[in-house]
Amino acid sequence: MTEVQRPGIVVVGASLAGLRGAEALRDRGYDGPLTLVGDEPHRPYDRPPLSKHVLAGELPADATALPQLTRLRAQWRLGRPAAALDRERRVLHLADGATLPYEKLLIATGARARTWPGDGADLAGIFTIRTRDDARDLRAALAKTPGRVLVIGAGLIGCEAASCCRDLGLAVTLVDPNPTPLARLLGTAIGATLAERMRGAGVDFRPKTMVRALSGEAGQVRRAHFAGGEVLETDLVIVALGATRDTGWLAAAGLAADAGGLTCDGACRAISIAGEPDSDIYAAGDVARWPNPLYGDRPMTVEHWGNAVDQARHAAANMMAAPSAQQPYRHLPAFWSSQFGLNIKLAGHTAGADALALVQGSRASHRFLAVYGKAGRSIAAVSFDEARWLPAYAEAVAAGARFPPFPDAIDQPRVERLEPGFPAARPPAHRAAPALEASHV
Amino acid sequence: MRVVVDLNRCQGYAQCCYAAPDHFELRGHEILFYDPAPPEAKRSQIERAQQACPVRAIAVEPADLAAGDEP
Repeated sequence: MTEVQRPGIVVVGASLAGLRGAEALRDRGYDGPLTLVGDEPHRPYDRPPLSKHVLAGELPADATALPQLTRLRAQWRLGRPAAALDRERRVLHLADGATLPYEKLLIATGARARTWPGDGADLAGIFTIRTRDDARDLRAALAKTPGRVLVIGAGLIGCEAASCCRDLGLAVTLVDPNPTPLARLLGTAIGATLAERMRGAGVDFRPKTMVRALSGEAGQVRRAHFAGGEVLETDLVIVALGATRDTGWLAAAGLAADAGGLTCDGACRAISIAGEPDSDIYAAGDVARWPNPLYGDRPMTVEHWGNAVDQARHAAANMMAAPSAQQPYRHLPAFWSSQFGLNIKLAGHTAGADALALVQGSRASHRFLAVYGKAGRSIAAVSFDEARWLPAYAEAVAAGARFPPFPDAIDQPRVERLEPGFPAARPPAHRAAPALEASHV
Repeated sequence: MRVVVDLNRCQGYAQCCYAAPDHFELRGHEILFYDPAPPEAKRSQIERAQQACPVRAIAVEPADLAAGDEP
């Protein structure tokens, strides 16, 4: 290890956003010391395959290391979570007691899977899917052919996990409090198509169903107790209840951080509890809550792959720019998911949608493109196995086009208009101010 | 070697599947399944796949780039 002359830049978080942010700093000519801190012992790896090909046994859990695209010349501090931030002394404390001074900080600590909050949480056979080690452990358990898998939560991760279980020939029950899968993300009109698809694949999907408790024998989970009184025999439970942002280590940092994210200004600079941006601390990826100009500057967190890449690169560019040259971060959220043989893609943010138009294909064929509208504007577009239509619609959404954007560009007599059917908003339990959230829940 | 595909960009044109059929596979109408860790010996095939992608969705770590950069 060489002696460093000055502290340089420290990137806290060594996953997709941390890696791409560090690369962007070097690409933009940063030549000083660079340190990457990661709580997991692994070098940066890709998470999307974990809930798909790793669970299915097609890829080993350790196969998804991310390509490094620029020479980093970095010091890596892996397997050592950040424990506290002292902004006055400009020091980062790690959990092993080490301290790291910094000149500038890029915070990309991401999020953690929500664990089972009810009774029975300490039983064996209960899994979450967030990290490579989570996926390895769950894969090993699935390979032992459990009698029935229960998946709690029909968001993206829960649905993908249920799909893998069916591919493996396992009996699977999927429960969700909403009337359809992906109801919060896509609404129930589109979610109903997915419900049909997964039932066709043999999933026992239970809508409007809550699990009250898990119980077991000899320390192993054996039963789920539903709120309605029913008891389901199960010996493997996958908890897919979304994630909380990893901000606990910032508790005493004087920054506007909570379990919903670290609040930033439009340039991705962290905001202090006094409401001022800290000009030396930036954030990117799942953890960052920033005012997105594309959505009227409402504070927003976007827990998707594309945002981790784009926001990290944007924050890095601002870190290298003069205070007077800070650029606001504009981002159109997007995700993909493969499940039950379908490729599902979304561009935009569906929150507050009051209209839905099916512009290509049909729900009956399970191949279509649909646009979400709000107050006469197009705010998002979803495709089921029709990805090539999506970029043009994504562009229209980003430009705030009218709803629907291209009234003539349809392959049927007329645009089919539907009620999108979004469930009522949940109370914001984990944050003081309401924020938009684009997540895997 | 390390490979990642930006599946937001991917449009399922399947050119990678022709260039490196052992490491890229299209399933259903447009689901791309790929090998994120192909053997170094297949580098020229993988780089052909990268170049053949009409939407530039494939990222490949250059040979020896991370040498000396290991954690």
